[in-house]
Amino acid sequence: MGIPLPKTNADTQPYWDAAAEGRLIYQHCLTCNKSQFYPRSLCATCHGGALEWRESQGQGTVATFTEVLRAPTAAFKELAPYVIALIDLDEGFRMMVNIVEGDMERLAIGARTRTVFREVDGITLPQGALA
Amino acid sequence: MSKARITGAFDTAVGELPGSTCMGLHAEAAMGAVADAGLRLADIDGVICAYSFTEPHLMLASVFCEHLGIHPDVNFAIQAGGATAAIMLMQAAALVESGQCRHVLIVAGDNRITGMSRDGAVAALSEVGHQQFERPYGISVPASYALVARRYMDEYGATLEHLAAIAVQHREHAMRHPKAQKRGDLTIADVMASRIISSPLRIFDCCLISDGGAALVVSAADAAADTRQARVDILGCGQGHTHEHISQAPSLTDFGCKQSSAIAFGRAGVAARDIDVAEIYDSFTITLLVELESIGFFERGAAGPAALDGALGLGGSLPCNTHGGLLSYGHSGAAGGMFHIIEAVHQLRGTADARQVSDAKLAFIHGDGGILSAHCSAVLGRV
Repeated sequence: MGIPLPKTNADTQPYWDAAAEGRLIYQHCLTCNKSQFYPRSLCATCHGGALEWRESQGQGTVATFTEVLRAPTAAFKELAPYVIALIDLDEGFRMMVNIVEGDMERLAIGARTRTVFREVDGITLPQGALA
Repeated sequence: MSKARITGAFDTAVGELPGSTCMGLHAEAAMGAVADAGLRLADIDGVICAYSFTEPHLMLASVFCEHLGIHPDVNFAIQAGGATAAIMLMQAAALVESGQCRHVLIVAGDNRITGMSRDGAVAALSEVGHQQFERPYGISVPASYALVARRYMDEYGATLEHLAAIAVQHREHAMRHPKAQKRGDLTIADVMASRIISSPLRIFDCCLISDGGAALVVSAADAAADTRQARVDILGCGQGHTHEHISQAPSLTDFGCKQSSAIAFGRAGVAARDIDVAEIYDSFTITLLVELESIGFFERGAAGPAALDGALGLGGSLPCNTHGGLLSYGHSGAAGGMFHIIEAVHQLRGTADARQVSDAKLAFIHGDGGILSAHCSAVLGRV
């Protein structure tokens, strides 16, 4: 058993298609001007439907992080230890990634990151690299 | 309106219970709680259940009533993770206060350690992570709480020693409880030298995995004359809900416990400072630290130093989790949150033996589910 691969749906398919092309996209609400992540069927702030896909520059800041030593499943135990971080992207949304590149000595809340893409079992996952 | 009362309380043994089953634990707890109230099963007209990992079912409440051979007027299940027990209590109170039921049984149990492996439990729990946007990154429940811990330590100066003090305090409480799963000596040095699970959280920062079951009977005020125990009223309950997945939490340091407790205190007509004993969900040491400060028992950044000073001990300013909590007493799924409520009932009845908080009149109970996602609080009182 590998890692749990994303089961895409109509709301999220454009996101995963873009990731496969090495692009990080997110939804922006044209009514209330809020960015949101993950992709949804409506704006979770104003509940309108005027959502536009935009491409992120992939630059962000570490909001928090953890190094996982005790992984939840066999597939992740093979990868442990690994770092999970919540990243605040400059476009105004937050996402979870693994920090897979960069000088780990610099890993801290507030550290700057960029988005990189890693393929796993046929799926491209957006990931984080310390800038 | 007359407040609902807790008239029956019972919990089974906890720990590794070879031969136990999910429904067997439910039945033992239910029969115990009904007997504790001095009622017969036929007096129960409402039944609320939770969920199970070892015998999962779409309709667990119906499965339970079938197992026990009872046919209540009202029967349903609630799934809100660690908030389930408190939410079951709140719904039971609503059923009897609205006149829809007289005596509601709430019951939960799971043979979570012998019925599935520790690995199995950890893997199953990791499914609370978002399927597409968290689980592919290897998220687990401890990792999610570790994300909160790191940020909380950064913003409010909480330290590893503060977290360790909370773990040690729970063990000290558990050592006074003959049924507790973990009763061996534990020091701050032991905690700080223990294996890291997901930094900064170590194994002793994490709750146990246990077999066990627990049940309560909640009765209408005018039906309580049928029962035999000292009176314990449900003075006020409240909930707060902000997210499910930690990556979606509006804040990493402020959670729905603030709202749930404010509502519960308001409905009870009391304040945090009036509480004599608190039984608050402690899935991790950081869970309790965040909740103590968000609820208002301590100022921001003050709960850790207070724990080090013994404020959460029997003689402290807020005796907390006097049974030993999920960290040292036991944690068997939804029953884990029930143990907190049952301990509060013992404290208010004056039957907590070596753990008794002297003259405890007002107790606060709280459960949180997910990653500090779903919260439910209640104030209970001896009248």
